[in-house]
Order: sequence, then structure tokens, then C-alpha cells
Amino acid sequence: MDFTISEDRRMLADTLRRYLAEQYPIEHRNKVAYEAPWHDAEKWDGLAELGVLFALAPEDAGGMGGSGFDIAVLFEEVGRALCPEPLLPAAMAAHLLHAVGADLEPLLSGTRHAVALGELDAPYDLDTIGTVATRDGGQWRLSGRKSVVCGAPCAEQLLVAARHGGGLGLFLLPAASAQITGYGMIDGGPAGDVFLENAAAQCLSEDATAMLTSALDIGALALSAEALGAMQTANDMLVDYLKTRQQFGKPIGTFQALQHRVVDLAIELEQARSAVILAADAMGTAQQSTRVSQCKHLVGKIAHQVAEEVIQMHGGIAMTWEYPASHYAKRLVMIDHQMGDTDWHLERLIGTLQSA
Amino acid sequence: MDLSYSPQEQAFRDEVRTFLADALPAEISQKVLSGAELAKADMERWHAILNDRGWLGGSWPEAFGGQGWGPVQQHIFDEECCRAHAPRIVPFGVKMLGPVLMKFGSPEQQAEYLPRILDGRDWWCQGYSEPGAGSDLASLKTRAERDGDDYIINGQKTWTTLGQHANRIFCLVRTRFDGKPQEGISFVLVDLDTPGIEMRPIRLIEGGYEVNEVFFTNVRVPVSNLVGGENEGWTIAKYLLLHERTNIAGIGDSIEALEQVKSLARSLRRGGKRLLDSPIFAARLAGIEAELEATKLTNLRMLSKAAEGGNLTFEPSMLKIKGTVVRQAINDLARRAMGPAAAPFPSEDLEGNAALMPEGHAHHAATYFNNRKISIYGGSNEIQRNVLAKGMMG
Repeated sequence: MDFTISEDRRMLADTLRRYLAEQYPIEHRNKVAYEAPWHDAEKWDGLAELGVLFALAPEDAGGMGGSGFDIAVLFEEVGRALCPEPLLPAAMAAHLLHAVGADLEPLLSGTRHAVALGELDAPYDLDTIGTVATRDGGQWRLSGRKSVVCGAPCAEQLLVAARHGGGLGLFLLPAASAQITGYGMIDGGPAGDVFLENAAAQCLSEDATAMLTSALDIGALALSAEALGAMQTANDMLVDYLKTRQQFGKPIGTFQALQHRVVDLAIELEQARSAVILAADAMGTAQQSTRVSQCKHLVGKIAHQVAEEVIQMHGGIAMTWEYPASHYAKRLVMIDHQMGDTDWHLERLIGTLQSA
Repeated sequence: MDLSYSPQEQAFRDEVRTFLADALPAEISQKVLSGAELAKADMERWHAILNDRGWLGGSWPEAFGGQGWGPVQQHIFDEECCRAHAPRIVPFGVKMLGPVLMKFGSPEQQAEYLPRILDGRDWWCQGYSEPGAGSDLASLKTRAERDGDDYIINGQKTWTTLGQHANRIFCLVRTRFDGKPQEGISFVLVDLDTPGIEMRPIRLIEGGYEVNEVFFTNVRVPVSNLVGGENEGWTIAKYLLLHERTNIAGIGDSIEALEQVKSLARSLRRGGKRLLDSPIFAARLAGIEAELEATKLTNLRMLSKAAEGGNLTFEPSMLKIKGTVVRQAINDLARRAMGPAAAPFPSEDLEGNAALMPEGHAHHAATYFNNRKISIYGGSNEIQRNVLAKGMMG
């Protein structure tokens, strides 16, 4: 066994960490993430110039990565910096475009994509998607509404899952063809509801269930890795604080009631890292969905525990907007509201167990 | 054993319910239901309505303009108010300073301040915590030094809730600098118009403004504003920790919050079914309901003990811990129920846009994050556990 990260990926992680530390300090992040357009277009371009997007696609698609470990390494750095740029939809879009044999050049050079799957009544389940696609002569048209689509207000292209007579299809259309109501998320970053009314779209696949499931898995892996990075940073802040904050004449980290709890968090963090590694390793194999669901389920629980404990053990200071740990805690809780929450993934695991 | 309320208590509940149905303005209860921020005018209006009925200080003795309610009546009143989505009574005057003045204040202080609390002329806020004195409150450093008939106050207070609306603040200040820290603290009343006071808002995790920092620079306060004796402030602080804490478990809020989760679970759809039909979500909901039912009775058992004149010792700490943990778990469940729709930053644009959001439910993530405070403030749950452990094991 070899648990070392490959040289290429280490370089990607280091480069990205340096870029985000210099260009996206938490003060800047909090300034842009909570005000329209809820991200920083210049920094997005900077990330593209840095070649970060190439980690999202394999070599035969013009990229330099695309494996589970490329995703994991990249998104752990995203999490460390709480970077609100729409990299999550980029990772999912790269997979979908590659799966249909489309040209990835625009995406890899920085064209922003959003992937519109979830709906208000069907946030995660592909089989109850209500958005419909109809063919009008040679032209496909989409009608329906997609909810809380990550990156929607700043997207140039939309990938949309919609139902048609023969099943679930994947469609591409310029964002300008849809009506998008954008908003910021409570933990920062852009999202929006996408309203489609007979919007003309290009059909990329008429039978897209498998690739969409895989794209959801990639999204869930990316979010789990993001949570891992954010937990690491939040935990580091907590440990520093416990060592320096004085009450009752000594650092509060000397109190056993807190010591045991912070140790428990460190143990859970190791569990989360193992779960992410297992999922990254299983991408593209028959184990993919099971490993991803185990990972997202576990990370959802752990991120929630870390967030609540980081706030509680800090005390009032972590309840403030000014103190960065509060923003990490929010992101850690809200990651569970994207690409299947801890309960949804548990149900998927139960289904797999029962049908085996 | 008989777990039912007495006929008198039941009649009182009916009376409160009828009153609320009649007197609580719909535009105010709507704000409470949807988690919208209440304006100062909303809170003042509600206080005035309650005061007209004589119920603002319901548990105050009749001699001070109250009804002399016992703990059980007060609890029934609180429960009904939550059920009707009435605003919480701003506690700093009615629930905190009022009882302190009745117990420790001079007749002059009682005559001057108590009526002004009830009729709304004064809005009090609290100056306890400091940046360096949170859990370890006794280490507070804000100093009040004697100069003739005045104290001169210098220092900084923090977490002053709704201080932006207040005209007066009650403070714990240091008046003696040697000996045990607890023995050098005094309780003083300060007019916020006094020169040298600056209040700065603190923005909270979910984006709202409800707490403040208060800076004191050479603030001159007459010695007659001292409540109780000099260096007896710690006794008053401890008194407040044990008394007027009948609502410490926040039962009414939890009941109402659980009703909202149930209603969400019935109306939201997941994968072609109701959210309630998801066995995992239903298990979470059923589990927390069992927990809340037990907490309700634990609360009532302890209230009854107080009503019968029993001396509460460990009970308030137990109720604080269990009550806050249960309420946070319910807020947690409401946030989970919303799925991705919990994510948008709450704003008037979204709340007003029923096409975007199940109406009235845009606030659940914000409420969840904001209520992480309840296990921190008023003596963190860790401090409550220390109190209990000390009581049990010495």
C-alpha cells in the first residue's frame, strides 16, 4: 500500500493553496461571497489561468486529471479557503461533457457552467425530476424549474436534466435562454433558481441517467473533500483558540471537559479523510456509488459535529460574523444540503444493501 | 399522581388563549412565525398591549403592579404566547432588573424604575460579559472608581442584547481590586445618555444584528445608582441565575418549533412522497418528540417544586442544558427538512417570492445558526455542568 499523494497532485494542491492564500484571504472571501454576484470573476479567471480546471478532465479530453484523487485534492484546498468560486458545477459539467464526447475546451479555458438537476420536490432524486423536454420539429425545448442551482447566476452555459418520452435526457443551453433568479447562499457563494419556458436547448444525450448519477457522485465526492479541508482549518482555529483563550486564570484548553471533545473531533477528522480516500479510489469502479454514499453520509455527520463543537467550544466569539470560524461552521453545515444529505445517502446505502 | 392541570389553571389557559386571539396583532405574529426581524416599535407595541391587560409583569407581586402569578401560571402564559406566535417579552427589564430591584433595590429605586419598566418609558439592557470575562464572569475588569458622590466607570462590555434600542443599562462593575474577584463586584444602573458611552453593533453568524459592544470612557454615574451594597453585585448576579428562570427551558418555543417541523414534513415532497414518509426523517422526528415530551414534564415537575415553595438548586442548570439541547435539535431538524431550499440567504426578496420558497420557511437555516447561541449565553452549558458537578460531588 502507498498512501502518498502523487507528485503532480501535490504540486496542484500546493499551487492552489498558495494562490488562494494570497488571492482569497478570508476577508476578501467574505466581502465577495455575500454580495452579488457572490463570487469574484477576476479570481475565477485567475484559477483558470493557473490551470486548475485541467484537474477536472482526463487527458483524452484535453485535461490533466479527472480521477477521484484529482477531485479530492483540488476540493480540499477549496474547503481550506472557503473559496466560493463555482468549481463544483465545473467538475460535474466536465464529467458530463466528456461522457457525451463534447468539446471541453471552453470549460477548461474558463467558461462557467452550471449543472441544473435538483428541483424543489426532487432535490436529489433523478427519477422524480419534473422538468420536461419536448421535441418541436428538430428543436428540443425545455420547460420546468430547477431549484438552488449552484453557480447559476454567474453561469454562461447550463446543463439541464429533463424528462422526455423515452427517459431522462441531458441538455445544453446558453444561460441567457433561461430566466435565472440569483441569490447568495447563507454560507456564501452564488446559487439560483432556473425557470425554463419552452427554452430551446441542444440534446447531448437522450439516455443520461448513468452519467447524471455519476456526475452526482463526483459532486458528492467534491463536497466531501471540500468539507474535509474546511474542517481541518476550523479545527486548527479551535485548537489555537483553546491554547490561547484564558478563563479562570488558565488557557481553556487545559480543561478536560474541552480536551476530550477536541480529541474526538481530531479522530472524526481522520475518519472523514479515510472516507474521502475510499470514495476517491472507487471512482469509475462498480463500487463508486456505494463508496461515495458512505463518504457523504459520514462526512455530513462529522462536518455537522465539527461545526457545532467549533462554535460551542469557542463560545460567543464564533457566533460573530467577524470571526472566520463562524463562516467555516456555516459552510460545514450547509454542505449537507447539496448533492444528497447525510440521510439521503444513508437511504441509498440501505437500498443497495437490501437489493444485494 | 395527577398530571393534568387544575381547573383553575385550565381556565387561566383558556383566558390567555382568548386574549391572544383577540389582542395580538396579526402583522406581528406573522413576523414571529416567519422568523422576520421585529422592529423596536413591534416589541414596544406588544409590551404596551400586555401592560394594558396587566400581564406584562404577570409574575410581579400585586404591590408592584403585577398579578402575582406563580411559576405554573407564568409557564402556561409563556406556552400560550409561543403557540400564538407572540413576540418574546424583552427580558432585561421585566424579567431581570425588575425582580432584582424588588429584592435588592431601595424604596426610591423601586418607585422610580419599576413603573417605567412596565409602561415602556425605559428599555433596559444588560452589561455583564466582557471580552475577557465570559464563562469566567467574576474576572470582569470594567472599573467604577469613587469620586465624591459619583462613580467613574471605565471599561468594555459585550454581547449586550438589543442594546441598540435601550435607554438604560444595568452593569456589573469592579469596585474593589484586591481580595477574591467575586467580592469586589457591584451592580449599577447607568443612563445610556451619559457622556462617554459608545455602543457598537456586532453582526452575528447568520447576518443579523441583535448584540452590541458597549464602551465606557470616564462615565460619571451617581452613587445612588448602586443597587444593593457596594461589592454585593455578585450576590445579585447569582440571585438572577436561580430566580426568574421558569422559562429557562424554552419549552413553548420548542413545542411551536416542533409543530412547524411536523407541518413541513407533511407538506414537503421528496422523491414522489411526503418527507414524513422517509423512514429516516420520520425516525428523527419521532425521536425528538419523545425527548421533548419528557422535557416538558421534567420542566413541570421542577416548576411545581418551585410553586410549592421548594428551593431550586440544581434544577435551573438541568433545565438550561436539556431545554437548549432539545430546542437546538428541533431547529436542526427544521433546517434538514428544507433540503437545498434552506441554503438561500434569507432576504425580503426571497421571503416575498412564494415561487422561490415555501412561504414563511426561508428562515430555518438562519434560525438554526442563530440559536447556537442558546447553549452559550446565560452561563454556557459547560458552566452549567460545572455547577451541577460541584453540587453533586462537592
